[in-house]
Amino acid sequence: MKCKKCDRKAAVEVRRQGLAFCPEHYLEWFEHQVTRAIKRHQMLRHRDRVLVAVSGGKDSIALWEALRRLGYDTTGLHIQLGIDGYSKRALEATHRYASERGLPLIVVDLKEAYRLTIPELAELTRRKTCSVCGLTKRYVMNRVAVEEGFDVVATGHNLDDEASVLLGNTLHWQTDALVRQGPLLPAGEKLAKRAKPLYLLTEREILAYTLLRRLPYQHEECPFAAGAKSLVYKEALNKIEATSPGTKQAFLEGYLKKIQPLLQEGLKGAAPELRECERCGYPTTGPVCAFCKTWDHALSWAKRKDLLPGTTVFEAKPKLTFVP
Amino acid sequence: MLGRMRVILRMPEKEEKTLEGPRKVREVLEALGINPEGVIVARGEELLTLDDRVADEDTIEVISAVSGGRA
Repeated sequence: MKCKKCDRKAAVEVRRQGLAFCPEHYLEWFEHQVTRAIKRHQMLRHRDRVLVAVSGGKDSIALWEALRRLGYDTTGLHIQLGIDGYSKRALEATHRYASERGLPLIVVDLKEAYRLTIPELAELTRRKTCSVCGLTKRYVMNRVAVEEGFDVVATGHNLDDEASVLLGNTLHWQTDALVRQGPLLPAGEKLAKRAKPLYLLTEREILAYTLLRRLPYQHEECPFAAGAKSLVYKEALNKIEATSPGTKQAFLEGYLKKIQPLLQEGLKGAAPELRECERCGYPTTGPVCAFCKTWDHALSWAKRKDLLPGTTVFEAKPKLTFVP
Repeated sequence: MLGRMRVILRMPEKEEKTLEGPRKVREVLEALGINPEGVIVARGEELLTLDDRVADEDTIEVISAVSGGRA
C-alpha cells in the first residue's frame, strides 16, 4: 500500500476515509484534522491562553504536542489522583514530556489539596471511582482555568470517546446529557470554555501520531477502568467499524448536525438555571455543588473514622504547584 | 523452521505469542482474534498496515489504542 500523497510505502491507513499515508504525510494530515476541528467550532484563537488537561496518556500528550506545533500558547494541567503507582507513572510521563520541551505545567495533587486520594474518596462516599474522579477532575480543571486567567480548557477526548458516550446516552435516553454533549462547551459566569480538538480523530489514529512523533506517554490502563461501560461501548462500535468503516464518525457527526439541534429546540427552557454554590461560589443547580457536597461528606466520614484529625476543614480552592 | 514469528501484545499488559510466518498483518490479527480497529501494529519503529507482510523471523508489536474512563 502506498501513501496517497507520495509514492512511499504507507505506514498508517485511515480506512474510514479511504486514505493511507507515509509517516511524514500522516503527521501533516493529523495536524490538519486538528486545525479543521478548531476552526469549524471556533475552539481556540492564537491569542488565547490554553490550559491543556494532561493525564499523561496518549490522547492528552498528542493533543498538547499538536497544539504546541500549531503555535498555540499552552500550559499543561495534571491532576494527581493518588492511585497507587499508576498516578506516579502518569506524572512522570507528563513531566518528561513538558520538561523536554520547556512547556509550563501546573500540578494539583488531590491528597495534598483535599487530604484524600480518589480511591479513598470513592470508598468513603460509597460511589463509583470513575464517577467521583470525573466530578473532581471537571471541577479542578474549571476552577484552575477561571482563577489563573486561561481562556479555554482543551481536553483529549477523541472520536471513540465521543461516539461511545453518545451510544451510552442514546441507549438510556439521557436527554439532558444528549443536549449538552459536543466538541465545544461555551464559557459562562465562572465557567471556562471547554474544547475537544481531537474529537474527529480515533484512538488508533492518535496512537499512530504519538508513536510516529516518539512522544513519551503512559501506556497503562487505570486499574479502575476494567469493566467500565465505556469500554463495552467502544468495543461494540469498533466491531461495527471493522465491517463498515466510517460508522463512528457518521454516528457522531450525524447526531451533532441533524438531531441535537432538534433536541435542543424541543427541550428549550428545560435545563435548570445555574446559581452560585453556597460553599465555593462556583456554578451549580442546587444550593451546594456536587463537588463540595461529595468532598465535604467524605472528609466528615474520614474524621469520624479517625483517618483525619477532627480539626480538618474542607477548603474547595485547589493548591497549585507550578513546574518548573 | 516454522513458528518463529514473535508477536508482542501490549493490550496494554505485555504478553508474547509465537506464530508461523510469513503472513500479512491482517492474518496475524485474525489468528489472534484482535479487531484491527483498536490497535497499531509495529515492527521496531516502523508502523505496519494490514496488507504488510510479516516474515517468519520478524518480531512485531500489537499495541492497544483503546483506553477507558474519561472526565
